Amino acid sequence: MAESTFIYVTYIRTTPEKLWQALTDTDFIPQWWMGVRTETDWRVGGPWKLVLTDGRTADTGEVLEFEPPRRLALKWRNEFKPELKAEGWSHCLFELEPQGEAVKLTVTHSIPRDASQLIQAVSGGWPQILSNLKTLVETGKPLIPQRAAETAQA
Amino acid sequence: MNDDAVFRALADASRRRLLDRLHETSGQTLSELCEGLNMSRQAVTKHLVLLEAANLIATRRQGREKLHYLNPVPIQGIAERWISKFQQQQLAALSALKAALEKPD
Repeated sequence: MAESTFIYVTYIRTTPEKLWQALTDTDFIPQWWMGVRTETDWRVGGPWKLVLTDGRTADTGEVLEFEPPRRLALKWRNEFKPELKAEGWSHCLFELEPQGEAVKLTVTHSIPRDASQLIQAVSGGWPQILSNLKTLVETGKPLIPQRAAETAQA
Repeated sequence: MNDDAVFRALADASRRRLLDRLHETSGQTLSELCEGLNMSRQAVTKHLVLLEAANLIATRRQGREKLHYLNPVPIQGIAERWISKFQQQQLAALSALKAALEKPD
């Protein structure tokens, strides 16, 4: 089956529990996601939503898996660019594995179609978001506190 | 993951070529990566092991195949180390400009 996938891996010097907290605390998320807010109660089957700093809804979806402190999966669709919305649902998986003093965080974002523009668009954002998360969790300070949400988000 | 491993991995034209190929098309098998390259399968495998150890590529099993993906996160980290403070200044300048332009007379 045709598929577009990006995989991002980063090693963060922390514990799976602390990283899980950073990934799922909706008050904390904007600090590493360049101001982007997450709205969800993390109930499996429940809604999930990303809101840009200007109040626009960037992406919506559903919580597919929620297994602290190891696995978080989201159904994900862009909402504000028609050509991206038309591509339909993508799948975003966060996996946390302890490795020595660090935690290996793997983000796999995929969509069952060739040459996805959504996957292209988010691929610009993920490295920066994850790099920011790593810096924030390891040092307590975000590298880039806030940017225009569009550069971080598809 | 340390920067030394990343720089060592990047300090080789063949390995950069492999990263270029994954940049063009991410998610390739070893055989696909070997196509059209003037390198033995063994040499490519060795380079891929080194690139994976430096966290510059990520791999995933799909059925019987192992797919290789470019992982740009360590390169982002290196870039930010020297570039981000200049970006911050630009952003600060832009937001000061916006504030000045939008200020009511």
